Amino acid sequence: MIEPAARPPRAASAVRGGRAAHPFLRYALRRVITSLLLVIGVTLVTFVLTNLVPGDPVAAALGQRAAEDPAIAARFRAEYGLDQPLVVQYFTYLGNLLHGNLGVSTLTHNPVASDLAQALPATLEIAIGAIVLSVIIGVVLGTVAAYRRGKVTDHVLRVVSLAGLSVPTFWLALVLYYVFYYQLHIAPGSGRLSSDFNAPPTITGLYTIDSLFAGQLDTFLDAVSHLFLPVLVLTLYTVGLLTRFVRTAVLEILDQDYARAARAKGLPTRTVVWSYVLRGASIPILTVVGLAFGSLLSGTVLVESVFAWPGIGSYAYQAASHLDLPGVMGVGLLIGVMYLLVNLIVDLLYGLLDPRVRLAS
Amino acid sequence: MTPRPVITTDELDPTDAKRPRWRRPRVRLGRWSAPLGIAGALVAVVWILVAIFAPIIEPHDPLAQNLAILQPPGQGTLLGTDELGRDVLSRVLSGARVTIPLSLLLVVLSVLIGAVIGAVAGFFGGWVDELMMRITDLVMAFPTVILAMVIAASLGASLLNAVLAALIVSWPSYARLTRGLVLGLRSSNYVISGRLLGFSPLRSLWRDIAPNILGPILVLASLDIGTAILLLSGLSFLGLGAKPPTAEWGSMVADAVQNFDAWWLGVFPGLAILSIVVAFNFVGDALRDALDPKANTLRRGGPTL
Repeated sequence: MIEPAARPPRAASAVRGGRAAHPFLRYALRRVITSLLLVIGVTLVTFVLTNLVPGDPVAAALGQRAAEDPAIAARFRAEYGLDQPLVVQYFTYLGNLLHGNLGVSTLTHNPVASDLAQALPATLEIAIGAIVLSVIIGVVLGTVAAYRRGKVTDHVLRVVSLAGLSVPTFWLALVLYYVFYYQLHIAPGSGRLSSDFNAPPTITGLYTIDSLFAGQLDTFLDAVSHLFLPVLVLTLYTVGLLTRFVRTAVLEILDQDYARAARAKGLPTRTVVWSYVLRGASIPILTVVGLAFGSLLSGTVLVESVFAWPGIGSYAYQAASHLDLPGVMGVGLLIGVMYLLVNLIVDLLYGLLDPRVRLAS
Repeated sequence: MTPRPVITTDELDPTDAKRPRWRRPRVRLGRWSAPLGIAGALVAVVWILVAIFAPIIEPHDPLAQNLAILQPPGQGTLLGTDELGRDVLSRVLSGARVTIPLSLLLVVLSVLIGAVIGAVAGFFGGWVDELMMRITDLVMAFPTVILAMVIAASLGASLLNAVLAALIVSWPSYARLTRGLVLGLRSSNYVISGRLLGFSPLRSLWRDIAPNILGPILVLASLDIGTAILLLSGLSFLGLGAKPPTAEWGSMVADAVQNFDAWWLGVFPGLAILSIVVAFNFVGDALRDALDPKANTLRRGGPTL
C-alpha cells in the first residue's frame, strides 16, 4: 500500500494509491450535484404551486375592498413584484429563499422561516426516536423472519407487518391517545411537557437532550414520557415496511456462497448474522431506511396534529386546514429538502460501504 | 441453544428437490398466503357490495339529523349517533361509496398514466427517457403525503382535488417500474424479431411487451389500492378532501376529535379504513406470491410454479 499522504503524480494515482479515494470523491460529487439540481426542482414545484392558486393574491393579502381600488392594487403588485414576468418572480423567490425568507404565514402572521425553525426540533425529536426504534425492531424481526422462512414465526410476522402498514396513522394515534391517556391515565397528555414543567434552556432544541445538559432529570423523564405515544405510532408504521424489506434482503444474502460457507464451516449463528449476513444486507437496508424516513415525515404531519405536538407536522396541519399557502409551501420545501438530504446521505454511505457502487458509475 | 455440529443438505439448500414435496417451502408458503389472500378478497368484495348497495342496506339516511344526539352504540342504533343526531353505521356504510370508487379510480389512472409514460421512456430512450425520468425524480423527491398535501392545499379543498393531488404523486412509481421492465425486454430476441418483421413501435409495445410486463404492474397496483385509500382518507382527515356533510371516513375520524368522550364516532370509521386496507394488502401480497415467486423463495433452485 502506498501512503496517500504524499500525493503521487496523476498517472500513478490512477493505478495505485489514489484509487481508493478518487472514485468515491467523483461519485460523491456527482451525487451532491444531482441533489442540488433536485433542490432547485423542488423550489420550482413549490413556486409553480404557489402561483397556481386560484384567487387574487392582492385580495387575499389586503382584503376585497382594498383590492378593488386600482391604485392600491397596482402599488401592492409593484411592491411585491407581482407585475414582473413569472421568470423574474421565480428568481426573486429563489433569492428570498437563499436569504431564508419563506414568506409570511397568513395564519400566524410570523415569518414562515422562524415558525419552522421553532417547530423543527420538536419534529426531529420524535422522528429520530421513531427511526432509531424502527430500524432496531425492523432489522431484528426481518432477520428472524428470514431465518424462520416458511415457519409459523415468519407468517405471523408477515401478517403483523402487513397489518402495521395498513393502519391509518392518524386513527391509531387517536385510539392510543384515548386509551392510554383519556381512559387509563398511563400516558401523559398532549404536548412536549406537562404543564408543571418548564422547557429546559435551549441548546439543541431537543428537550430530552437539553434537560440532561441542564441536569434536570425530572424534566428529562417527563419529556421522554411525552415522546412515548407519538414515537410508538410512527414506529409501528415504519416497522412494517422495514421488516419486509430486511427479510427479503437477508434471504438474498443467505443464498450467497459466502454466507453458505460461513454457515457450513460451523460459525455460531450470531457471528454469521452480524459479520456476514447483516453486513451484506446493509445496502438494501440503508435504501429502505431512506425511504422509510420519507413515510415517517409524512406520518408526522398526521400524528403531531393528534398529540398537539408543536412540530412542523402540526404546523402543516394548521396551515393546510386554514389554506395558509406560504405555511404549506414552507413545510413542503423544508420536508422535500430534508428528504433529499437523507437520501443523499444514504447514497454516500452506499459508496463507502460498497465499492461496486462508486466504480460502476 | 443447542449446538448443531452436522450440516445437513436440507440446511444448505432448503428448496432441494430431494425433499418430500410437502416439505418444500414454496408449497408451505402457498398454503399460508393463499388463504390470507382469499380472506382479503372476501372482505374487499363485501366492502365493494356495501359501496354498491349502501342506500338499500343503510338503516337511516346518513345525512339526516333526526336521531337523539351522541347515543352510544347499542341504544337504539347499532354503532351509535353523532353530535348532529346522524346514524354512525349508516355514515360508515355510505363512506364506502366515497372512498372505494375514488381510490380504485386513482389507482387505475395512476397505472395508465405511469405505464404509458414509463413504456414510452423505456422503449424510445434518448431525450424522451431523460426528460420523463427527471420529472419522476422530481416528484419522488417529496414524501407522497407531503406533496399531495401541498398540491391539494393550493388547488383548494375538495374531494376531486384530493384525488388529483394523489394522482400527481402516485403515477411515478408505475413509470419507473414499467420503464425498467420495458428496458429489460426491449432487446430480447422475440421483440427484436417482431421489429424486424416490420412491427410498428406501438404494435411491438402492445403485442410483444405489454403481456409480459403486466404481472408486476398488477402486483404493484393491487398493493397500491390500500395506499390510495390511506392517502385519500389522510387528506380528508387534514381537511383537504371531503367537505361536510359528506360521510367520508377520514373526515369522520377528524370530526370525532371534537367529542372525545364519544369514542364510537372515530373508532368505527377507522376500523372501516383498517379492514379494507388490510384486505387489499393481503390480496396484493398473495398476488405477488403467485406472480413473482422470486419475492419469497430463494432464487437458485427454487421451484418456479
